[in-house]
Amino acid sequence: MDLPLPNANILSRKSAIVRRLQSVLPADAVIHDPAETKAYECDALSAYRCPPMIAVLPSSTEEVAAVLKICHEEGVPVVPRGSGTSLAGGALPTSDSVILGVSRLNTVLETDYDNRFIRVQSGRTNLSVTGAVEANGFFYAPDPSSQLACAIAGNIAMNSGGAHCLKYGVTTNNLLGVKLVTMDGEVLEIGGPYLDAAGYDLLGLICGSEGQLGVVTEATLRILPKPEGARPVLIGFNTNEVAGACVSDIIKSGIIPVAIEFMDRPVIRAAEAFTKAGYPDVEALLIVEVEGSDGEIAEQLSRIRAIAMRHDPVEFREAKSADDAAKIWLGRKSAFGAMGQINDYMCLDGTIPVSQLPMVLRRINELSAEYGLDVGNVFHAGDGNMHPLILYDANKPGDLETCEALGAEILKLCVEVGGCLTGEHGVGIEKRDLMGAQYNATDLTAQMAIKDVFDPKWLLNPAKVFPLAASESRRVA
Amino acid sequence: MRPTSEQELAEFIRATNGPLDIRGGGTRRVRDGTSLETGGLSGITLYEPGALTMVAKAGTPLVEITAALDAENQQLAFEPPDMRGLLGTTGEPTIGGVFATNASGPRRIAVGAARDFLLGVRFVDGSGNIIKNGGRVMKNVTGYDLVKLMAGSWGTLGVLSEVSFKVLPKPEAQGIVSLPGLSITKAVAAMSRALGSPYDIAGAAHLTETANDKPDTILRVEGTEASVTYRMGQLKTLLGDMGEVVTTLSAPDHWTWVRDLTHWHGGAEDVWRISAKPSAAPELVARLPEGTRVMLDWGGGLIWAATQPGRDVRATLGTFYGHATQVKGTGFPRTQPESPGVAALTEAIRRKFDPRGVLTLGLSED
Ligand SMILES: Cc1cc2nc3c(=O)[nH]c(=O)nc-3n(C[C@H](O)[C@H](O)[C@H](O)COP(=O)(O)OP(=O)(O)OC[C@H]3O[C@@H](n4cnc5c(N)ncnc54)[C@H](O)[C@@H]3O)c2cc1C
Repeated sequence: MDLPLPNANILSRKSAIVRRLQSVLPADAVIHDPAETKAYECDALSAYRCPPMIAVLPSSTEEVAAVLKICHEEGVPVVPRGSGTSLAGGALPTSDSVILGVSRLNTVLETDYDNRFIRVQSGRTNLSVTGAVEANGFFYAPDPSSQLACAIAGNIAMNSGGAHCLKYGVTTNNLLGVKLVTMDGEVLEIGGPYLDAAGYDLLGLICGSEGQLGVVTEATLRILPKPEGARPVLIGFNTNEVAGACVSDIIKSGIIPVAIEFMDRPVIRAAEAFTKAGYPDVEALLIVEVEGSDGEIAEQLSRIRAIAMRHDPVEFREAKSADDAAKIWLGRKSAFGAMGQINDYMCLDGTIPVSQLPMVLRRINELSAEYGLDVGNVFHAGDGNMHPLILYDANKPGDLETCEALGAEILKLCVEVGGCLTGEHGVGIEKRDLMGAQYNATDLTAQMAIKDVFDPKWLLNPAKVFPLAASESRRVA
Repeated sequence: MRPTSEQELAEFIRATNGPLDIRGGGTRRVRDGTSLETGGLSGITLYEPGALTMVAKAGTPLVEITAALDAENQQLAFEPPDMRGLLGTTGEPTIGGVFATNASGPRRIAVGAARDFLLGVRFVDGSGNIIKNGGRVMKNVTGYDLVKLMAGSWGTLGVLSEVSFKVLPKPEAQGIVSLPGLSITKAVAAMSRALGSPYDIAGAAHLTETANDKPDTILRVEGTEASVTYRMGQLKTLLGDMGEVVTTLSAPDHWTWVRDLTHWHGGAEDVWRISAKPSAAPELVARLPEGTRVMLDWGGGLIWAATQPGRDVRATLGTFYGHATQVKGTGFPRTQPESPGVAALTEAIRRKFDPRGVLTLGLSED
C-alpha cells in the first residue's frame, strides 16, 4: 500500500510548527518526541505503521480550531483520530502529518429524554454514550463490536454499523447534528435536535466522509427507549444455500428481527474451540434476535420456528434464560478473537445483495483454495454485510501480499454481484486502490468535488479514500 | 423535452443553456424554464422482496411502485405525502420526485425519512455528467454519501435518472390510541412520554380541527394484532393520568389525513412547515400570528401552520432551534436562510454540480 512521499519542506519546519502548536495548546497536549509519537503510528489495520510528525490532543472545539488554523497556514496535513480502531487504516498517519486526537473531548453536554437526544463531545466512546442514558431506560442504537473502545468521532467518520442495525439503522440514521471545524479553522453547526432541515443534507455528507471534510468535535445523537426484552435463537443448517433461503423467507414474512447473524463452518469451529459456547458442528449457523415483551417475543419466535422448520434445520435452539442467550451470542461475539487464535487474519467488509449469498460463499471457497489461504465467514445476513476473515501468517514472507490479493478478489466479487467494497469499515487506505472497481472516473470526480469544497487545499487526511493517482493533481496543487 | 434514456438526458443537459423546469409528475412547480420531463425514464428495473430492495427509473409513477409493493405486502415505510390536494396541482407523483424532495410522512419518527431509505442514485449533473453513487445494498460506506446529498436537493444538483431504495413489510394490524381534549402543552407531554416508552410508536400527532371540534392527540402502533392490542393496553395505563384514553384496533386511517393535510385542501391560506424540538412546540405555536390553524406531527417536532396569505411567519417566530419552510404560498424565499458558513458551502457545492446554473436558476426567487 503506497502512501505519498513525505514533504521534506514540512519536515524541515517541524520545530517551528511545534512551537506554534504549543502556543495554543497546553504543553502535554503537543506530542513531538519520536518515542512518544510512535503511540499513534497505526490503527487496528496494524499491518501498516508510520509515526506522525506530531500528535496533538486538544480539549475543546476552540483548541481544535486553533490547531487547524495553524496547520492550514503551514500547509501541514492533518489526520483526525478517535480511538484508532479503524480496520481500514483511516487513522494511519503519514510521517509529515499532525495527528489530531479527540480523546480528551469526552464530556456529555446535554441529555434530553423528552426530545430523545444526547449531545456529546466526539471523543466519547460509543458504549459510554449508552452508559450515560441507560439508567433512564434509553440507549444509543449503533453498536459496532468495538463499542467499548471506538469513539463517536470515528463512528461518524466511518458511518459505522453494528449487529442491530437491521432494525435501528447505522450511524447516519441516528445522527441529528454535528459541530464541525473545517480545515481553515471555521466552526460550523450542522443539524441539531430537530429533523430534516431544508437545504442540502450536509450532515449526511459528513457522515462517512472518513475525516476528510472537517473535524467533528460535538455530536447530537438520537437515543431510543430500551425494548422490554430481547431473545436470540440459534438455527443450524447443513448448507449455506438453505440458510440463505431461510433468511430471505424470514424477511419476506414481514418479521424484521433486530439481528440476523450468519457464521460458516470454519468460524463455527473456531468459535466453538475458543469459547465452548455449545455450537453444533454444522455448515451454517444463524443467530436471529427479536425484541419486545415476553408475549411479543414468543409470537415472533413461533413464526420464525415455523419458517425455519420448512427448511429442515439440523438444530433450532431457543434461549430459555439470560444465560442461554449470552451463550448463543458468546461464540459470535468472540468470532474474530477465535479466528485470531488460529492465525493472523484480515477482516473484509463487503456487502452483497442477500440473494447472492450462496453463490458468493461458493466462489469465496474456490478463491480460498486457489490462493491457498483459509477463509471464514461471519455475516450480518439481514443486510448482506459480509466479513470474510482471511487467515495468513504475518511472519511468512509474501503471505500478507497473497492475503491482500485474495481480499481484493473477494471484494471485486462483491461489487460484481451488485454489492459494494465496504459496508461499515470504510475505505481508508485499505480499499482506496479498489475504488475503481465500483466507481468510474466521473463518479470519483463528483465525490472529490465535495472535498474540494470543504478542504480546497486537500490537507485533511488527504491520502485516503481516493486512489492516489486520481487525487494527485488535487493534493499537490 | 422528455428524454427516454439516461444518455439522451445527458446530451440534452449538455446542449441546453437552461434554466430547466424539471418535472417528475409535475405535482409541484419548482421554477420557470424549459420543461424537462422525467416521465420517459420509467419502469421498475429490479425488485427483491426478500432483500427489501427495489430499483426503479426516476420517472416511474409512484402508483406503479406502490402497486408492485402491494402485491408483496410491502411498502414505502416513510409514507411519502401526496401534496396535490394541498397545493391544488395535478399530475402523477414519480419516485424520483419523492426522493428529490425528501418527502416523508408521520412514520418518519419511527423508521426514518426518505433519505434514510434511499440506497443508491444515478443522476445527470448540470454539466451533463452521468454520475452514480451508492448502490442497491443496505450497508454501503464506499466513498462519500452523495445519495444523501441528492435526497432533498430538489433537482438543483442533478436530474435523477434511477433510484434504488429500501422497502419494508406492511404491518398486519394497526391500532390508535387517542387522547381527546388535551391542550397543546399536555399533548406534547403525552406524545413525548409515549415516544419514550418501549411500545414502538409509529405516529404521534395532535389535531386541533376534528369532527367534534375537540382537539385530539393520536398515537399509532403497528404490528401483529396481538402485539398491537398489548401495546395499546400498556399505553392506556402509561397515559392514564393525562385524561381520557381511547384505544381502537384497525381504526379508520387518520394517517393519510395527517400525512396529506386533507382538512386544509382547497383553502386560501399559506402553509408553513416548522421543524423544531418537540418540547418547543407549545411556545412556537403561541408565537404564530393570531388565527393560524395548526397541526402537530412527529410528536410535536413538526408543526404545520396555515396562515393568512402574505405573512412571513419566520418574522413572528423569531429565533429558535429548527427551521421553517413555506410549503404553499408565494412571496418569500421558500427556505429559511442558513448560517453564513453553511450557506457558503451550499453555494460552493451547487457551483460544482451545476456551474452554468441550468438547474438552479430561478429557484431562489420562488
Ligand atoms: C475488534 C473490532 C471490531 C469492530 N467492529 C466493528 C463493527 O461491528 N462495525 C463497524 O462499523 N466497525 C467496526 N470496527 C471498526 C471501527 O471500530 C470503526 O470504524 C470505528 O467507528 C472507528 O472509531 P475510532 O474512534 O476508533 O476511529 P479511528 O480509528 O480513530 O478513526 C477512524 C476514522 O475516523 C476519522 N476521524 C476520527 N476522529 C475524527 C473527528 N473528530 N473528526 C473527523 N474525522 C475523524 C479518522 O481520520 C479515520 O478516518 C471494529 C474494529 C475492531 C478493531
